[in-house]
Amino acid sequence: MKPSIEVSAIDCLTLRLFDVIDERNMPWLRAAGEKVAAVFGPALIDLVPSYTTLMVHYDMSVMTSTQARTCLARAFESLEAAEDASGTLHRIPVWYDPSVGPELELIAERAGLTAQQVIESHCARDYQVFALGFAPGFAFMGLVEERLATPRLKTPRKRVAAGSVGIADRQTAAYPLQSPGGWNLIGRTPVQLFDYQRDGYSLLRPGDRVRFEPIDRAGFRRLGGDDTAQAAIEGTAA
Amino acid sequence: MSAMTVDYSRSLAMLQDGGRFGVRHLGVTQGGAFDWLSMYWANWMLGNALDAPVIEITLGGLRLACERDGTLALAGADLQATLDDRPLQPWRSFSVRRGQLLTFAQPRLGARAYLAAPGGFEGEPVLGSVATVVRESLGGLRGDGQPLRTGDRLNWNGTDVVPRQLPEEQIPDFGALRPLDLVIGAQIGQFAGQSLYDVFNSDWTVDTRSDRMGVRLTGPQLRCSLPGIVSEGIPLGAVQVPPDGQPIVLLNDRQTIGGYPRLGALTPEAVARLGQCLPGSRVRLRPVVQRSAELAQQRLLLNWS
Repeated sequence: MKPSIEVSAIDCLTLRLFDVIDERNMPWLRAAGEKVAAVFGPALIDLVPSYTTLMVHYDMSVMTSTQARTCLARAFESLEAAEDASGTLHRIPVWYDPSVGPELELIAERAGLTAQQVIESHCARDYQVFALGFAPGFAFMGLVEERLATPRLKTPRKRVAAGSVGIADRQTAAYPLQSPGGWNLIGRTPVQLFDYQRDGYSLLRPGDRVRFEPIDRAGFRRLGGDDTAQAAIEGTAA
Repeated sequence: MSAMTVDYSRSLAMLQDGGRFGVRHLGVTQGGAFDWLSMYWANWMLGNALDAPVIEITLGGLRLACERDGTLALAGADLQATLDDRPLQPWRSFSVRRGQLLTFAQPRLGARAYLAAPGGFEGEPVLGSVATVVRESLGGLRGDGQPLRTGDRLNWNGTDVVPRQLPEEQIPDFGALRPLDLVIGAQIGQFAGQSLYDVFNSDWTVDTRSDRMGVRLTGPQLRCSLPGIVSEGIPLGAVQVPPDGQPIVLLNDRQTIGGYPRLGALTPEAVARLGQCLPGSRVRLRPVVQRSAELAQQRLLLNWS
């Protein structure tokens, strides 16, 4: 690890800790985030963690860029990986079915597997939440088994239903809200991932772990899922 | 009783304030007035908090029916506004009476007008702000991210105000050809030498494919040795260059992280001025270092201290 500080904007600095995506980055990024928050205190406006970096948006009315650099340097002076390296484990039920996961069969075909084997593989590991972005509460997770890796759709869908679970390359994610999207959909979860009336708003945080668990249609409905499937999926893959 | 009713809204008019902060790590965007300078002045004329909720009116197409007497203020673009049949100039406060119609037609100069009301327009704050973000279904009148629609009722809380007159020399000239300052970022060295020359020595045209997420600029093709980067946090005004070599300035409703290489980020003042550029306008970019941009911003903020 060779940390560096980079200028991102008039009032934003980026702390770069790593060069490549790796599950082992997360304990370090979490620890760095906590130290940055402590060192900056009320001068911190926003902290945007991602796979290898932390972007720090500070209040330039109380701090100069020189002071911000000094603070940031102090934050990683004696950095150690977060002891609780694993984050919270969330179990997320998913109804895997072609009616809500139109690329389930496609992924199986590409991998030379049955749909059932794709489901088993997707549920077989704990995924690390690398970053939140794209939309409120949208968590980029990984890594899925190499065989399941599938590039994004050439033409993104105009609308993807809330709760849709998808794969893009070796990452997986669930759409918290209905939105456009280009990921390969394999199922849908009834879990509400983002709710601005809930404490903390987003179910998933960077550094958390996620295990998907298969449920059937009846289970999906019982948990409050909306199975009026095609209604919200528009614009199919090109 | 409401203070105003939306008689019609045919373009894009929405409630905005200073934006949403402390939530970027959750993937929630900033939102807020695109031309924050005009929002500040509109609020200043009424003695409001500078970031009190205002109506951002893009390109016109809005008519409001007044249902209560009051004092309002208008700043930003000249959208050929009228109060009944009387023309209204921006950068002024004005009185409205019950029964009058306030209409915004189409741009004469600039792109976005800001209407302020005593104490600010009322909205449903979500995550600390009423900023309307359509893409995230957050903020606005009802908190659901919808822009103003015909029949919507608007209200404000403030009482009598003693309006302030905006000094003539403070009125920005949207027609002036001053370059937009760009704070150079860490990845600028990855761009080819010719591209770095072109960035700062060419006219860039504001493309029609522009909205509150980002403004595309068209001009010479820029080349970067990095096709993409690992996604990282995106600040306001970031100028990213996708593989087609045409830069995109990322704005208030941008995604929170992204993976295209960047030249740097426009200063807040440059972002505000870009918000008044209609598609087809030509702009130039000027490189500045973080420290000098910081000093210029401090000087700018002295206007309201």
